[in-house]
Amino acid sequence: MMAKYIAHSRAIAARKLGDEMVIMSAADSTLFTLNPVATAIWQAADGRTPLSEIVLAAVCAEFDVSPEVAYADAETLIHELASHGILLVSEQPITVPQVQENR
Amino acid sequence: MSLMSELNAKALALNVPLSVHLDVTYRCNERCEHCYLEHDDKGEMTITEIADLLGQLAEAGVFFLTISGGEPLMRRDFFQILSCARALLFNVKLKTNGVMIREMEAQRIRELGVEQVQISVYSHRDEIHDAITKLPGSLKKTLRAIAFLKSRGLKVSIANVLMQPNLLDAPHVQRLAKEMGVGYTLDPTITPMINGDTAVLKMRAPREALRQAFRDPALVGNVNDFCSPPVPADDSALGELPCSAGHTSCYISPYGDLYPCVQFPLPSGNVRHQKFIDIWRNSDELNDVRRISARDLPTCSSCAHVASCTRCPGLAYMEGDMRGPSTADCEKSFVRTGVPSANMVAKARLGPQRRSLSGLIQIQIAATS
Repeated sequence: MMAKYIAHSRAIAARKLGDEMVIMSAADSTLFTLNPVATAIWQAADGRTPLSEIVLAAVCAEFDVSPEVAYADAETLIHELASHGILLVSEQPITVPQVQENR
Repeated sequence: MSLMSELNAKALALNVPLSVHLDVTYRCNERCEHCYLEHDDKGEMTITEIADLLGQLAEAGVFFLTISGGEPLMRRDFFQILSCARALLFNVKLKTNGVMIREMEAQRIRELGVEQVQISVYSHRDEIHDAITKLPGSLKKTLRAIAFLKSRGLKVSIANVLMQPNLLDAPHVQRLAKEMGVGYTLDPTITPMINGDTAVLKMRAPREALRQAFRDPALVGNVNDFCSPPVPADDSALGELPCSAGHTSCYISPYGDLYPCVQFPLPSGNVRHQKFIDIWRNSDELNDVRRISARDLPTCSSCAHVASCTRCPGLAYMEGDMRGPSTADCEKSFVRTGVPSANMVAKARLGPQRRSLSGLIQIQIAATS
């Protein structure tokens, strides 16, 4: 199985509200809320950590779920978010250019 | 319940300031006749102060950030502020007159992921718009900016204020918005100046103009529903909060003053002297605002319109009592339904009816997708 890496798109707004992440796509103003499990995956999406490690560390360690089920659900989630352009998914580590603050 | 309603309800329950309106300057390159601001710089926050404030706002949970002014692009460090806000992942709405936005600025705003740009247009006619802004050539520059922003794929909305000099022009500006593929908002509110001066209220639109606006389906949707008689308030309606000001949103001036809303200048603290979150949680003034529900309003709780009125506590505050009526909204409810408000009836009993303030509506029209 190829490793998968995930990173946030730059074209989003995001904030944690309680235990849920609120995300808006700047491209089409679609608003999303993620439940606590999806929020844990989102917060760990640094472009460098493989999804399998994220699932183990952020999901299985915190929630009562098997690694197989959690990984399958995580894959569904990341492809759903990727289809809306708010998450980048790659088989290679991802470097997302940061917004420059001094231009 | 819509997702936005759910977000607001959750933010209210958690005491999170979901939205903040930040004016980064009161300076402006226009001198609009109806403007409520004084434009001299009396010591704006520096970029260092603003960057620190934005970090505090993000930490407090602020998601929606409106950056406005004055004209925000008057600040030389405007893009630094914008970059900082976007690096902190705020959903940024920019309010501007567009005069200083050319291709390069439009491109940069797009690159930074601003969600929406709201631009003021008062008329489709140069002579009217430029007379209101007192800046020759301003309409041409503003329309040029809209075209640049639209061509970059940005969501743009035209904000039009209905007032004496442009009473006949709203339908034309609305058509212009449609032709340009941008949204359109008509607002007949003329607000007293932030220093309390009410002279600017002479600009208000007369009742007949308001009546026409309220009966225009292009502005209000279903006219019969919009103008239907008020329904009696039940216990739930009397327990409702007036608006988000001080509850899930607030306003911060270029000098760090925090108010419940830009239209509600109740001094509640200053972020130069206190942490934002301390003001948000502990300000006596904000907590006082939060205690007010419809049933606590001496006059309005017995008004026929209490369940449907859009009473603005800020306008009421500027009339002298944040628990009192906002005559602008009394006027609006009356013009909409033909039923006088409790405040109007009381004033009629006391003597000759004072001339009321302008109505208050804010109508969003999605001219395009």
